[in-house]
Amino acid sequence: MPQSTPFHAKTLPLCTSYRWKDWAGYHAVCSYDTSHDREYFAFRHGSGIIDLTPLFKYKVTGKDAALFLSHVMTRDIEKLASNRVTYTAWCDDEGFLIDDGTVMNFGNNVFHVTAAIPSLSWFERFNRGYDAKIEDISDDYAILGVQGPTSRDLLRAVLDHAAIDGLKFFKFTETNVDNIPIVLSRTGYTGDLGYEIWVDSIHAEKLWDMIFKKAPLFGGEACGLDALDVVRIEAGFIMNGVDYNSAHHCAIKDRKSTPYEAGIGWTVDLKKPYFNGHQALRKEQASGPKFVTMGIEYNWTEYEEMFERLGLPPDICGNAWRTSVPLYDAMKRQIGYASSGTWSPLLKKNIAICRIKSTHAKPGTQIKVEVTVEHERRAVSATVVTTPFFNPERKTK
Amino acid sequence: MAATQKYDAVIVGGGHNGLTCAAYLAKAGKKVLVLEKRNVLGGAAVSEEVFPGFTFSVCSYVVSLFRPRIIRELELAKHGLQIIPLDCSYSPQIDGPGLARWGDAGRTRREVGRFSKKDAEVLAEFGLEMKKMSFFARNIIDELAPDPTSFKPSELMRLMKLGNRFKEFGSDFIYLHNKLLTMSSVDFLDMYFESEILKAPMAVSGIIGTFLGVRSPGTAYVLLHHYMGEIDGVFRSWGFAKGGTGEISMSIARAAQSYGAELRCGVDVAAIKIKNNVASGVVLANGDEIEAKNVISGCDPRRTFLKFVGEQNLQPDFVDQIKRFKMRGSSGKVNLALDKLPTFKDGREGDQHLRGDIAIAPSIDYLEKAYDEAKYGEFSKRPYINIVIPSLSDPTLAPPGKHVMSCFVQYAPYKIKEGPEHWPKLRDAFGETVIDTIAEYAPDIRECITHKQVLTPWDLEQEFGLTEGNIFHGELSLEQLLFMRPAVGWARYRTPVVNLWMCGSGTHPGGGVMGAPGELAAKTMLKSGEV
Repeated sequence: MPQSTPFHAKTLPLCTSYRWKDWAGYHAVCSYDTSHDREYFAFRHGSGIIDLTPLFKYKVTGKDAALFLSHVMTRDIEKLASNRVTYTAWCDDEGFLIDDGTVMNFGNNVFHVTAAIPSLSWFERFNRGYDAKIEDISDDYAILGVQGPTSRDLLRAVLDHAAIDGLKFFKFTETNVDNIPIVLSRTGYTGDLGYEIWVDSIHAEKLWDMIFKKAPLFGGEACGLDALDVVRIEAGFIMNGVDYNSAHHCAIKDRKSTPYEAGIGWTVDLKKPYFNGHQALRKEQASGPKFVTMGIEYNWTEYEEMFERLGLPPDICGNAWRTSVPLYDAMKRQIGYASSGTWSPLLKKNIAICRIKSTHAKPGTQIKVEVTVEHERRAVSATVVTTPFFNPERKTK
Repeated sequence: MAATQKYDAVIVGGGHNGLTCAAYLAKAGKKVLVLEKRNVLGGAAVSEEVFPGFTFSVCSYVVSLFRPRIIRELELAKHGLQIIPLDCSYSPQIDGPGLARWGDAGRTRREVGRFSKKDAEVLAEFGLEMKKMSFFARNIIDELAPDPTSFKPSELMRLMKLGNRFKEFGSDFIYLHNKLLTMSSVDFLDMYFESEILKAPMAVSGIIGTFLGVRSPGTAYVLLHHYMGEIDGVFRSWGFAKGGTGEISMSIARAAQSYGAELRCGVDVAAIKIKNNVASGVVLANGDEIEAKNVISGCDPRRTFLKFVGEQNLQPDFVDQIKRFKMRGSSGKVNLALDKLPTFKDGREGDQHLRGDIAIAPSIDYLEKAYDEAKYGEFSKRPYINIVIPSLSDPTLAPPGKHVMSCFVQYAPYKIKEGPEHWPKLRDAFGETVIDTIAEYAPDIRECITHKQVLTPWDLEQEFGLTEGNIFHGELSLEQLLFMRPAVGWARYRTPVVNLWMCGSGTHPGGGVMGAPGELAAKTMLKSGEV
């Protein structure tokens, strides 16, 4: 039985669909309405406000905190300046991904780490010999995402202008709102302009109220995970357990992924002399991974024609999907699989994140992807592309 | 009455394995007769209305190792078998909060996290390792025991296949497997966990039915044996058979009958007829004889060879092996009829946490101390108790609002220092000890009890024919498993006596209501063409 997040009293009455799911042991809203359309458009045209509390949160302190984190993470955390956030991966000795998440440097040897899966025991395996203490602060903080083109204006109406205006992409600041201390971070999982606010769990409801008092003025809506899933695919963000599996959860080696295979090879800093998995990753970087993660865009005309021939309009899947869909080359040989995909209402395209053989991964390569048309399995053409599929200038500006 | 009609096989013992063997043989068109001494089928997998309105799984009380293949092949669902999964494992403490582990991984993580955040996380990793291990072990329990001494090409192929599977899992897996084979439960769990409250109830899986302690080397393997519990291909899930464990036996019996097997209860076999080392039927206690081309014993190896066959019909070194085969019963059973549910001290609301198994195993030292007493011939003053209240999930077992509570108790050594025959005098004291122990966790237990049935290892032997009260027909310790169960060279259901076969838990792959010995015995016989 999942437990409630500190925002539960606020999200419960709004969730008229009664559609919830278990996210990391918490009740999380799938969509507030029976369809997530309104919430999706809030993310892209207004502000989507989403309860992100279920993320696992850890606090790392001590004079070796940065050194220790550099040992565990693929990024060089020693280079992470104060009040900066970085997105990073962490791997086992064989270079296989355990998880991905963010690290925030609070200065004075204090760091926060977010993770998708419980990671305390993993981190604690490596802090021996370091002056670095790891605390699980998952229940101490609630996190609220405010994401979308009007998010800055909305927060400006609620918070101190100075805090908002100077805040650059992947930076954070500690500030107050109505005497409540918060951490305001310009990060998100939507690939858009947006913020994440950390607040002591006890003040969560108060923060929610303050934001929702102004939200209607800026097209702000409470959003659930279904809408988030669509926008995160548009943004090309991979997801642990969907687009790759944590090495911890894999019964067989073939299911494990390196950061290079998972499309986040850019988080691996090989200039560091040592970190978990560095030998394996150096080797792989030199030889090149056999599989890589790319985007694909379905050939819409062909897709539409397949349905039209049967007298049907093209099938537009309402929700993002996360089933394994085979990909083929021109000879009908399987060359990989799509791990999650969606109809993008913004791009008016069917898009998917996929794991594909390196030999077929060059952007522009034409491949085939399986589709089911009236209970019959077919293959439609698709083009390999780099992600993100959608990358608005406002995200970083 | 003299010799009657001739059967292809007569099976001594109507336990679940004897019945499974009968069903498979009958399904293959053989004329089979099953003889059961008691008036009810099932052996130790039996449901009985011990007190009016209260039906107990008198001995074996949970199902998990029962092979799904048998359910499919004998169409047991059609014959009434329904298994209800257990959702919770609850370990109460005398003072302070207990620990409940649930099917819901997130909920379990939070529960364990109250004692150790690290353990809460490692639990999933441990689960994956054990799952891999179980996946491998399943290859062993679903097939004949490998024979490492044979150079027959077919045997070498089997060993190679097994070796290859092993190799596929990688070197870490092989190291871990070796540890599992040699370590104690506690040492093995210490590699993963730090909190006693989690380790103690997990460690006991390693000692169930053995006369070993949680710190005795070799017990880690038994841990795996219990971890392999499988329902619908999902490992580590346990369940109740609707109507009690006896319904497993009864559904097999109904299947066997539907295939034409003949089943008789209340028939006491005195001996197996043997002439010139060939078995040809059985002699009953009343003097009647039943002829059959084959005799199959579902009883344990000691009973089979020393009682039914007789030393005079066997080679001395084989007799020695059978005599040395460790039975050493170490457990008893207390069945309670309850007027209402007991209240455990930690104040949890509702009865959800009572619907699975409840383990009185507060710490490793508690368990080891319980073993200490048993080593010197006493029953534990504070024993390990595994409690289930199946009427919470299956209301057909008790009158409305009332319950049946089954308590598996270890240690209760068969060889009590006064001598096993003195057990009947100690029965009441043993029962009281169990209730006193439970009362430390659920103080109102005495007010709830309306009837009680106490089964000591002596009772298990006398009533159910389990030699020395061993619930597995012989300990599941490594030296008594695989090609060594029950004797070196005789692990494939044949015996040194021609036309005499074994199909009970004393043969590979062992006890735990798996049905596999019965199934594999029948399949081996059919394949041999000798039946």
